[in-house]
Amino acid sequence: MYSVNYHRASSVADAAKLLKSGDAKLVSGGMTLIPAMKTRLAAPSDLVDVSRIEALKGVKVSGKTVTIGAATTHFEVASDEKLKKACPALAHLASLIGDPAVRHRGTIGGSIANNDPAADYPAAMLALGATIVTNKREIAADKFFKGLFETALKDGEIVTAVTFAAPAKAAYEKFRNPASRYAVVGVFVASGKDGVRVAVTGAGDDGVFRAKPLEAALAKKFDASALDGVKVPVGSMMSDIHASADYRAHLVTVMAKRAVAAANR
Amino acid sequence: MSQVSLTVNGRQVSGAVEDRTLLVHFLREHLGLTGTHVGCDTSQCGACVVHVDGKAVKSCSMLAAQASGSTVVTIEGLADGADLHPVQAAFKEHHGLQCGFCTPGMIMTATDMIRRHPEGLDETTVRAELEGNICRCTGYHNIVKAILAASAAMGKAAKGKAKKAA
Repeated sequence: MYSVNYHRASSVADAAKLLKSGDAKLVSGGMTLIPAMKTRLAAPSDLVDVSRIEALKGVKVSGKTVTIGAATTHFEVASDEKLKKACPALAHLASLIGDPAVRHRGTIGGSIANNDPAADYPAAMLALGATIVTNKREIAADKFFKGLFETALKDGEIVTAVTFAAPAKAAYEKFRNPASRYAVVGVFVASGKDGVRVAVTGAGDDGVFRAKPLEAALAKKFDASALDGVKVPVGSMMSDIHASADYRAHLVTVMAKRAVAAANR
Repeated sequence: MSQVSLTVNGRQVSGAVEDRTLLVHFLREHLGLTGTHVGCDTSQCGACVVHVDGKAVKSCSMLAAQASGSTVVTIEGLADGADLHPVQAAFKEHHGLQCGFCTPGMIMTATDMIRRHPEGLDETTVRAELEGNICRCTGYHNIVKAILAASAAMGKAAKGKAKKAA
């Protein structure tokens, strides 16, 4: 790891101020950033630690509205009793990230701001039609995720929370890479008053995306059988040593069917 | 440089470290606590697992400065004098190790797992919970056996204590 200056922010305003120094980056759990710095894939001059800011922590459920602070860990999301009732699919998703030690450190804000094309949370945010709250504005998930590791966040902007309306039915099914535990294909399905939304992670060559052909089929009938013979275009799939584009496209429908079946259970 | 100050195995420690110093290096090189191992150095293998504020974390993926102000327990902090911790005793009893390199991380992960599952553990849960710890010798079989035995023994001991208190 190259030399770095560490700062611990006491508040979001403090973090915003500290973020102006040199080529600073925010760190929360650091489960992606610290390993990236060790391999010198990332070399920020300064690290601004937001993980201890109380205002960024915790899960709130008020009626149907769920709000999760950006510095809430995967473990906290997975084990929150209120969330398990309001949106069990999201708690389940969090329990599938990495391993127990990683879940104790990694945070939802860090995951969505990093927007790894194989990360789990972006699929949930997109399918749930979540709003990403920053220190400057609110951004709809549909406009937030821009591509591989790209988001709508501007310089100096800090994700403070995510918020969404708990769907009537939802589920996440993930085909995991057995070594990295990242999604080879992960499909989050949500059915609520705004209709059916299906978001796919791990598969798209431009990151997380909504599978419109699957959404159209499920809008007619929210049942796994509605997806028989429905395909996503192979041309927009990622292809690498883990899975070909054809295989990923096939898996999208398979995982979507499983997710719908789970959501209907 | 960062001035870090934390509680390690019940002892208040502090030191000036480069900001990029990883927690595992602080433990091993500044405090001489070499029981915590660096295996893969890429947060996959879990040989470096310690408890920070009561939760298992990979100390190779956390800066010492991030841990400043926290309470850390390492493998050296588990035994009570000459008496092994029940998880350590179970690993010995069930031969849950061969070369021993992964063992400190396995035991720290196991104690965290048992604490989070006071209702008890089954084999499937133990194997799933061990996904962040890699052992290249044992095939995991005796490790799983040891954790199940320790969980049962600790559950019994807790019940006994509760009875006494009542």
